[in-house]
Amino acid sequence: MGFDIAMMQVFNGVSLFSILLLMSIGLAIVFGLMGVINMAHGELMALGAYMTYVAARGFERWAPEWMGIYLFVAIPFAFGVTFVFGYLLERGFIRFFYNRPLDTLLATWGLSLILQQTYRTVFGAQEVSVPLPMWLAGAWEPTEGIQLPINRIFIVGLTVAVAVGVYLLLYRTRWGLKVRAVTQNRAIAGAVGIDTQRVDALTFALGAGLAGIAGCVFTMIGSTNPGTGQLYIVDSFIVVVFGGVQSLVGTVLSALFIAQGQTWLEYLLSGSMAKATILLLVILVLYFRPNGLFAVRSRS
Amino acid sequence: MSEMNRRDIVKTGGSMLILSAAGGLPSIASAQDTVKLGLLHSLSGTIAIAEASLVDAEKMAIDEINAAGGVLGRKIEVVVEDGASENAVFAEKARKLLERDKVAAIIGCYTSASRKAILPALGRAKGLLYYPTYYEGQEQDKQVFYPSQEATQSVIAAVEWMAREKGKSFFLVGSDYIYPRTCNKIAKPTIIKAGGKVLGEEYAPLGHTEFSSIINKIKAAKPDCIYSTVVGGSNVAFYKQLRAAGLDGSKVTLLSTVVSENEVEGIGKDNAVGYYACMGYFQSIKSPTNEKFVKAFKAKYGQDRVIGDPMQVAYNSVYLWKMAVEKAKSFDVDKVVAASGGIELDAPEGMVRMHATNHHVWKKVRVGRARADGQFDIVWEAPSLIEPNPFPKI
Repeated sequence: MGFDIAMMQVFNGVSLFSILLLMSIGLAIVFGLMGVINMAHGELMALGAYMTYVAARGFERWAPEWMGIYLFVAIPFAFGVTFVFGYLLERGFIRFFYNRPLDTLLATWGLSLILQQTYRTVFGAQEVSVPLPMWLAGAWEPTEGIQLPINRIFIVGLTVAVAVGVYLLLYRTRWGLKVRAVTQNRAIAGAVGIDTQRVDALTFALGAGLAGIAGCVFTMIGSTNPGTGQLYIVDSFIVVVFGGVQSLVGTVLSALFIAQGQTWLEYLLSGSMAKATILLLVILVLYFRPNGLFAVRSRS
Repeated sequence: MSEMNRRDIVKTGGSMLILSAAGGLPSIASAQDTVKLGLLHSLSGTIAIAEASLVDAEKMAIDEINAAGGVLGRKIEVVVEDGASENAVFAEKARKLLERDKVAAIIGCYTSASRKAILPALGRAKGLLYYPTYYEGQEQDKQVFYPSQEATQSVIAAVEWMAREKGKSFFLVGSDYIYPRTCNKIAKPTIIKAGGKVLGEEYAPLGHTEFSSIINKIKAAKPDCIYSTVVGGSNVAFYKQLRAAGLDGSKVTLLSTVVSENEVEGIGKDNAVGYYACMGYFQSIKSPTNEKFVKAFKAKYGQDRVIGDPMQVAYNSVYLWKMAVEKAKSFDVDKVVAASGGIELDAPEGMVRMHATNHHVWKKVRVGRARADGQFDIVWEAPSLIEPNPFPKI
């Protein structure tokens, strides 16, 4: 393997890492912090992807001269719509299932089927795909022989921004403090005057909104169809569980480990074997560390 | 469960049985002047993306035939069933079409798995199926006709064309299931025979969207030609990422035997432009028959609709059945099968001829290059009809 190829492989690993992280960070909040097993999380990503598609179509129709920057509108738009949708979902649906994990699993799975069929009715069964702005197409060539796709670099940057944003929100704001308080001990948090229901709703909405951003990013590398969410949900859960539920740092490191592992194995073995090997490794680690790589120690 | 409930269920079940029996009675008045044809495709679920439009083409052929007086003086009555992208549903619906509706023939299925799922029902009821999709071969059921290209017809022609026109070193990429693996099994000896060499062979899991490692392997190998059998949504990711990695249609020759105009719609015209496909049919074929066909289809279903290879074969299937029935002067399946060999149809793709014995068709294949408008420029056409060979010695 030449140096150029090795460099591009490392970059591919970083790129996959950023995608996995973006996918699972919303789930880490909803599943990890709140304990809600949301099987419809993939469909929330698909919603974000479809909103990006809607934004792109809108720009094409009414402001074709601004097509180059539609992503900067599409990202907040996808986030906003899924955030609001998540908020309504929590208030009207999820909150009735707290502390009933099996019911949540079934109910959200049913919800995911309903959402898929809704997408099929509204957007059609065909794959839809958005045009990539000119400045994101093509590759950056730091040296002859190394090509780093610009859209991937953009995704890495966006992921860093999102991850830092989530970190600041959870650990440097009063609202984040409340979220962590409710997560750690709901009764006491309520007793000291935190509106736990409001915190629940906003936390869930944030997780949903992050899924929306992930969906937006997928349109840059693949296409969207009503079943798209199913492709990503399993990987997202693996990342969160492997990293250790309740640990955002764990999610980050788990995404890094799985991404680099998968990319290199894919290069050395075949695609299917790489996937199987990664799953085996995850099972092995979970056997010895049932709470994931970075389980938070608690007294309960 | 309480006693009451159980009794309720028995009662409901009983009345449903009576209802369904009543629904199954053929209406005697119409039985004489119509003949039933079953259309069995996925109208919902994941495969509906590719499969649902086949029904439109089949219905158009049926409408044309009915307008011209029907088959043996009888109008065709259509029974459409939804296989819902699930093989068990396909089997169930096939049995319903054959045993309850007593259809004279079924035109249906898209994936090989769904076709395999209905073979037992076809065998038991002595039914007849026309299977309108290109597939990997390796099958020849006496109840089934295969009017599309089996793997050898497109793969050998495509690979030989690339070796002749574009270069001798090849990289094979496919989704990980039977069609790509069979195609590559056929492609490899063909490449060697053409004086070329295979630099790599890679498979991605179905639905995979992360192709960067495979693309890196392609870059490291520096092939002249990429032969792709990547299918479904993966194609979008594969094409987009190839382009982003700097391997666009001007830098490398990529040819697929599974990307028709319908897939280009989903992949995105911008992403597919400049890459090649090998198909029996392209919408851009210039012939009076095809121009008439395209015009009629667009008039019926809308100007923005496109027609891909499987849709055209679906259309042909209805006519191939009609011609066989007329030659046999009977709707009896055994007689129709016996009469089918040698039938020639002037199809939109040009003349096709049913093979005397193996239930596949002699046909031409073509290589097209995707344009910015989602259509293909045909750059090569087989000089003569290619014999189908569903069981190649490889």
